[in-house]
Amino acid sequence: MASTDPVEYRGDVEYKETLLGPGNTFKTITDRINGIVLSPLPKTPVSILIGLAIAFALLLVFLYAVAQLLIIGIGVWGVNIPVGWGIDIVNFVWWIGIGHAGTLISAILLLMRQEWRTSINRAAEAMTLFAVACAGFYPLFHTGRPWLDYWMVPYPNSLGLWPQFQSPLEWDVWAITTYATVSLLFWLTGLIPDFAALRDQAENVWVKRIYGALALGWRGSAGHWQRYEFAVLILAGLSTPLVVSVHSIVSLDFAAGIVPGWHVTLFPPYFVAGAVFAGFAMVMLLMIPLRHLYGLKDFITLRHFDLMAKVTLATGLIVFYGYMMELFFAWYSGNIFEEAVATNRFFGPYSWSYWALIFCNGLAPQIFWFKSMRQNLWVCFITSLIISVGMWLERWVIIPISLTRDFVPSSWGYYTPTIFDWLTYIGTFGLFFTLFLLFVRVLPLIAGFEMRGLQQKMNEESAHKREVARHGRTEKAPAPAGD
Amino acid sequence: MRTTIRPKREPKKVAAAPSPVYGLMAQFDGPESLLHAAEKAAEAGYTRMDGYSPFPIEELAETMGKKVNWYPWCIFVGGLTGLATAFFMIYYATVLDYPMVIQGRPYFNWQTSVPIFFELSILLAAFTTVGGLLIGSRLPELYHPVFNVPQFERASQDSFFLCIESRDPQFDRRLTQQFLEGLHPLNIAEVSQ
Repeated sequence: MASTDPVEYRGDVEYKETLLGPGNTFKTITDRINGIVLSPLPKTPVSILIGLAIAFALLLVFLYAVAQLLIIGIGVWGVNIPVGWGIDIVNFVWWIGIGHAGTLISAILLLMRQEWRTSINRAAEAMTLFAVACAGFYPLFHTGRPWLDYWMVPYPNSLGLWPQFQSPLEWDVWAITTYATVSLLFWLTGLIPDFAALRDQAENVWVKRIYGALALGWRGSAGHWQRYEFAVLILAGLSTPLVVSVHSIVSLDFAAGIVPGWHVTLFPPYFVAGAVFAGFAMVMLLMIPLRHLYGLKDFITLRHFDLMAKVTLATGLIVFYGYMMELFFAWYSGNIFEEAVATNRFFGPYSWSYWALIFCNGLAPQIFWFKSMRQNLWVCFITSLIISVGMWLERWVIIPISLTRDFVPSSWGYYTPTIFDWLTYIGTFGLFFTLFLLFVRVLPLIAGFEMRGLQQKMNEESAHKREVARHGRTEKAPAPAGD
Repeated sequence: MRTTIRPKREPKKVAAAPSPVYGLMAQFDGPESLLHAAEKAAEAGYTRMDGYSPFPIEELAETMGKKVNWYPWCIFVGGLTGLATAFFMIYYATVLDYPMVIQGRPYFNWQTSVPIFFELSILLAAFTTVGGLLIGSRLPELYHPVFNVPQFERASQDSFFLCIESRDPQFDRRLTQQFLEGLHPLNIAEVSQ
């Protein structure tokens, strides 16, 4: 719709208060988002190509590390007695946690009618899918005989056996499969109208055909939209408890065990909050360079970062509360083994990691109390990096370090990750970034139809404001956007 | 030499030959104009029509008399099916087929089964949601007559269309065109089948 506003959109100007910069029309929104995807391959920005090259190299490192693991065995990793679960499981929980922020942004913020999710939810949900792919590798391959993983699925077999349905490790199989599948369905459903726009704008006949097939013939019919909106609301309503349940089940992998430091009833909410914390940091890390590269600063504005930083701060405080509670339990329980866990964390051989954790997760996010800091992108970027490291350290302190000092001193030991542990972890970054950069190149990284809906809402609001200013009376006021 | 002359076959009489025209499509520049046009069309008694937009417009579907009736129930049934599947799977394995005493708990205990009940319910409900969306909307439908209109490309980007189908009992090529012109669209196009 033609805007009577003479302002042109500016993709390189920072907006502090609005969720969508002025001067956009339905056409400019569509053209800008689809322009990134439909631009000819030789015109791909150089930074994307370099990023893809590095990511692909890391992916090859990943394949090498996995091949070594399959050929030689779990012995190439540093896990041993007493630490049977090392950074393989740390990385699993780290990646799954990152994935949860994407679902929170897509699903939970949709149910809460928070419009600031609109420009970030597509990329965040893609981040979820790729993070779950990286995470899923670990439980499948840490089993030692990964070719027998199908034993975890209930099927009639000649051994007459069934999986152990009472174990959180079995619950993980169901939870992560469901989470990956539902996230994929939610993401693909959200893409259908955007595929239709790509199909209609594409000029190359093969590009048109591929997006056309993916669009399933979507034509924007009112009856379809009605069913579609209902479906998206239901999927969001299903995904919300799913996120909470999946990370609770992951936390129960530890909490259901008797090891001191693991057997903490606080784990489910504490892990879920920690997941959202780490995930939002990763979303900020991804969005900052992308919006700069593609000139999308009026779509993903400083107001988005203001709100994301607030959520990060809030979940960081919940996580810090968890740390304090663990110490309280250690004292209040009167249990010498629980007390020993706390003493070990403060003064033991791995105390450097605990103090680094307190700094990264407890101290660093406090900078987000200040609005000027929340809207300073360098502060956001560096703090997000610190938080990502901090959340990795949290899982490190909980998982292997608790195992180094369990009940009887004769069982105590040390844990050192090997080079293959690290190569595998770095390799998962290769997998993640290869997938993410490919996504940025061939799929619309912002949900176009939702942005058009947001623009329409803002048009209605400004029209209403003009009418009130002209006539001085209030008719039915549209619900305010942007809060 | 042939002596019989076969009579020329009569063309088969069909009840009503399908019209070569699918309908008439009017293009509008904004969601308000489309909604207004749909209201007027509904008032005029047209029932077989559809509105096309690049983003969902509230109340447009209701104005045209479209409803989602069976869809929520399907999803509910899907979730219940997931729950039932999980229940029978666990019950069969742990009680009927290979019961084992684990940690002194009963063979089937619902507490440890809750996570799997929950996950399977959600999984099947999600499948039913997406399946119901596709089946109810008859997607994938890669061809549809409305795609024959060249400017319809804009429907997924920045334009709004109202199409009154020729199957509508009140459809008349001339009168419906006049009616649409009265709504002041950007243009009117004939949609061929």
